[in-house]
Amino acid sequence: MKMKKAVLLASLASFMTMPASAQKTAIEAIEEYRAMLQDGNPADLFEAKGEDLWKTARGPKNVTLEKCNLGKGPGVVKGAFVELPRYFADTNRVQDTESRLLTCMETLQGFNAAEIAKIPFGRGEQSNVTALATWIAAESKGMKFKLSQDHVQEKTMFEVGKRLFFARGGSHDFSCSSCHGEDGKRIRLQDLPNLTKNPGAGNGFGAWPAYRVSNGQMWGMQLRLNDCYRQQRFPYPVFGSDATIALGVYMGVNGLGGESIAPAIKR
Amino acid sequence: MQTRRETLKQSAVLAGLLASTGLFPQYALAYNKGAFEAKSLADVLKALGAGAPVESKDVVIGGPDIAENGAVVPLTASTALAGVKQVLILVEKNPSAMVALFDVTDSVEVNFSTRAKMGQSSDVYAVAVMVDGQALYAKKEVKVTLGGCGG
Amino acid sequence: MADPMRIRAQAAGDKATVRVLMSHEMESGQRKDAAGKLVPAWFIQDVEAKHNGKSVMTAEWGPAVSKNPFLQFTVKGAKAGDKIAVTWKDNKGETRTDEATVS
Repeated sequence: MKMKKAVLLASLASFMTMPASAQKTAIEAIEEYRAMLQDGNPADLFEAKGEDLWKTARGPKNVTLEKCNLGKGPGVVKGAFVELPRYFADTNRVQDTESRLLTCMETLQGFNAAEIAKIPFGRGEQSNVTALATWIAAESKGMKFKLSQDHVQEKTMFEVGKRLFFARGGSHDFSCSSCHGEDGKRIRLQDLPNLTKNPGAGNGFGAWPAYRVSNGQMWGMQLRLNDCYRQQRFPYPVFGSDATIALGVYMGVNGLGGESIAPAIKR
Repeated sequence: MQTRRETLKQSAVLAGLLASTGLFPQYALAYNKGAFEAKSLADVLKALGAGAPVESKDVVIGGPDIAENGAVVPLTASTALAGVKQVLILVEKNPSAMVALFDVTDSVEVNFSTRAKMGQSSDVYAVAVMVDGQALYAKKEVKVTLGGCGG
Repeated sequence: MADPMRIRAQAAGDKATVRVLMSHEMESGQRKDAAGKLVPAWFIQDVEAKHNGKSVMTAEWGPAVSKNPFLQFTVKGAKAGDKIAVTWKDNKGETRTDEATVS
């Protein structure tokens, strides 16, 4: 593996020094590659699974999720994703798609939400939550983000999210803003969206859940944030924690009016 | 009079011949293990009993110039030529060169797309194996990079 | 049992373009797990497509086909309402068939 890595880095270096007169830049070529993968996104497989899970009676209470309220009324899924995270009166907190799914799975189906939150991503009921989130996102594909900032808790969570976004810490003194706080930032050939405003915020926030080809996994926003924290060398956030939801509010509000493309396909 | 052994041998040869025409799926050869273990274009073709590879402008290999991630590289193999028996997609520098083999019938266009894993930057090939055993190919280079950190 | 495939078949003129997404690990047999052991090869070896019950394409795949494989091909003489069935079989002998109607 080390040999292969050396070869890869060498070939990377060789076309980073390509003359400016080269017909196609590396970025353009990569954009072509991404476009080629748009049709036939394996996220479709998870979307199909999610829709099936929504309509299947499951859990100790043997009930479907068809009465789950994602913010637009019981069972209304179309358009719900682009209004999340939002305040919910029944739980008296601001919730994102995945934490709201846990609420519904507990109250309607009798699952133990706290137990599911502890399951590692990609396993058991956690993978079902991801599939459900994928389908819910798909039902709002192409719609524009319209998160509400009417409720005082929604406004508070935006401010909390902003603080968290810029708070530097961990062994490398990183913050979200280290990578996502300015235009034009990249890591090697991976361009990084500026999440503090549109178009970056809408593009970045609106791309998850996404199918990651590098590991063939479906990632929801909760896992994306979890991995961001891992990359910053921070402790892992708890699934559905206020911190992760606050960051979702911050990005979503910054992305108001942007188009949701989830479920997307990513490297 | 023909012995039983001769009859059996004849029918095996016959089945093999019928199978190689690609027109009788029920006689289809078992999975081409040898071809899938071959390390080079020449060895793959040898394992399939086809001729030596000849580059041809009539065969088309489609794919990206740069694949952001080698795990999923979209590749298309096509040709407008008639008399094609099989279409192969190969990645030269993979541990085994052949990715996929498509049997052509009159009911499908000779145009197949799939996605391959590439271990490193490499030439990729589309090969049209003709009914008469000729092997015509096109190739292109696909660079593979790990890119950044997964955004 | 394996997860279902997603098959889309779209007619244009007298042909139908078929796009298939299969749910499969396509483990190459080259990968090592966290303990350093090789993960055994597990991949789709045979694919067959049928148009209204008639076999129109067979394919053999190796482990280099990507995880959750995508396949696209075009069937001649197909029109809206026709049935396209796709079957895969892997090296463990597991198999899955799904059908779609040409739209």
